[in-house]
Amino acid sequence: MKEVKLMKGNEAIAEAAIRAGADGYFGYPITPQSEVLEYLMSQKPHERTGMVVLQAESEVAAINMVYGGAATGKKVMTSSSSPGISLKMEGISYMAGAQLPCLIVNVVRGGPGLGTIQPSQSDYFQATKGGGHGDYRLFVLAPASVQEMADFVKQGFDLAFKYRNPVMILSDGIIGQMMEKVELEEQQPRLTQAEVVKKCPWATTGKTPDRERNIITSLDLEASKQELHNKVLQEKYEKMEEDVRFETFNCDDAEYIFIAYGSVARICQKAIDIARSKGIKVGLLRPITLFPFPSKKVAELATKVKGMMSVEMSAGQMVEDVKLAVNGKIPVEFYGRMGGMIPSPEEIVRALKNQLIGG
Amino acid sequence: MEIKDIIQEKNIVYKRTSLLTDKAMSYCPGCGHGTAHRIIMEVIEEMGIQSSTIGVAPVGCSVLAYEFLDIDMQQAAHGRAPALATAIKRLNPEKHVFTYQGDGDLAAIGTAETIHACNRGEKIVIVFINNGIYGMTGGQMAPTTLPGMKASTCPFGRDTELMGNPLRMTELVAHLPGTYFVTRQAVHTPVAVRKTKKAIRFAFENAENGVNFVEIVSNCNSGWKMTPVQANKWMEENMFPFYPLGDIKVPEKK
Repeated sequence: MKEVKLMKGNEAIAEAAIRAGADGYFGYPITPQSEVLEYLMSQKPHERTGMVVLQAESEVAAINMVYGGAATGKKVMTSSSSPGISLKMEGISYMAGAQLPCLIVNVVRGGPGLGTIQPSQSDYFQATKGGGHGDYRLFVLAPASVQEMADFVKQGFDLAFKYRNPVMILSDGIIGQMMEKVELEEQQPRLTQAEVVKKCPWATTGKTPDRERNIITSLDLEASKQELHNKVLQEKYEKMEEDVRFETFNCDDAEYIFIAYGSVARICQKAIDIARSKGIKVGLLRPITLFPFPSKKVAELATKVKGMMSVEMSAGQMVEDVKLAVNGKIPVEFYGRMGGMIPSPEEIVRALKNQLIGG
Repeated sequence: MEIKDIIQEKNIVYKRTSLLTDKAMSYCPGCGHGTAHRIIMEVIEEMGIQSSTIGVAPVGCSVLAYEFLDIDMQQAAHGRAPALATAIKRLNPEKHVFTYQGDGDLAAIGTAETIHACNRGEKIVIVFINNGIYGMTGGQMAPTTLPGMKASTCPFGRDTELMGNPLRMTELVAHLPGTYFVTRQAVHTPVAVRKTKKAIRFAFENAENGVNFVEIVSNCNSGWKMTPVQANKWMEENMFPFYPLGDIKVPEKK
């Protein structure tokens, strides 16, 4: 039987990382995700599995440690919150360019700037549209529970190695801080060095006589070659479509659809209960992968319902992707709170009535 | 005696290390980078550690170092090489890990990474090429540009009132408990090359004791707008008094 524990989302990330056989974690404290590093240190992961955990001098150093480790084929990760993720963007762009697998957790807080330490979803653009410089994408997973915080660590590592690409878990301060029951996976052993060499023939594991030297770089000074590299990356991002994930609730008879991810998707489920008790047939589409975005599902639903409303803790970011997918077929509205404010189910229902249904 | 009688296996006293690739180096004629590359590769060959060595290239003239060195290498973002090396070594403790960085990379944009890797005592070798100028981007002022020295962003010479003072990074890291061996060398004469090679060999052999930091004061005849011979002379007369050669931190004999 699986071990069940009551944990904070941030702690679940950390425990799941050890159990997933992660080789390294490099981080820097920032609210509201410092429990990841604190929990890891409390567990003496070096004794449990041999996992390396290091508090870096900055987020910049931490992501570059992740680069160095990932380039040797190791399963490595970092976590931070919005201002820290901005600092990591340089390294994330380099890792995308050098095609390095890694896991990055963003427990989002309100911005811009130092903003607030309260939860937000205002880093959607940064996570899904690039964030750093250059044409690149992250694979982005959006957990809505502590259970998913844990589950997405192992799944995130698997996707990172499948695509040789950084994977981001885009969480928020609610899920990071709240405590829920979580079923934990059995301990996976860390890969042996021989297994790493076999799994990652591209990695800098030391040049042996049986192969050419391995070089990890994001540089090509020849424009024509760099363009070819860009095409390889773009093909990879298109292929990610096969791993698109989403959930639907009450969509079968729905006349209206909420689209929400992460903690807001859960608030929307309560809003659906309230709306349906008043006779409003509303359902929910919850994207689990934000990149790739479930555009096809949105387009399909757009042929069946009267209108959609994107509900976010932002000024309206994911709604742009919803509108692109709907392509003008039906009205798409947005309701959001900002700056660390959390929308209540009642106000979401009010917004649905006022903005979409009318009257 | 004819030339073919001289060129024989038994007469060979020196040959190019097989750990340099056949790629023509991108460095300007007269530049010290090529010599520094060769020495490092000779040490790796002599120690027989090609298969266990991972190098980290910086941003700067040596950004393409991995094209010339026949070992596994990573290319780092500007200044971040010590952070990469930290993780490489901690995750692969059996490997030999070194960074190769210029003055802009190590002493300006990467100051934090340099200081903290040195302070933590990471078990790595840092080779620091100091030529007092940004070579690759076309000769701008470096953190190590001498007072009064001209560069494209201080065309009338470095005014320390306005632009601050040059940084002696090597003396600075020597104060940190995590550094084991700290030295400053050069590669402009055969004697200097031999001393530098000895220092790099010592650094690689002692990396398990902490950061082994080898600064090489070098030239940039293109950036300094001099001939190679003039540049070496100018380096001796101006760089060496400010950046004196020799060991700065030597481990106590056990």
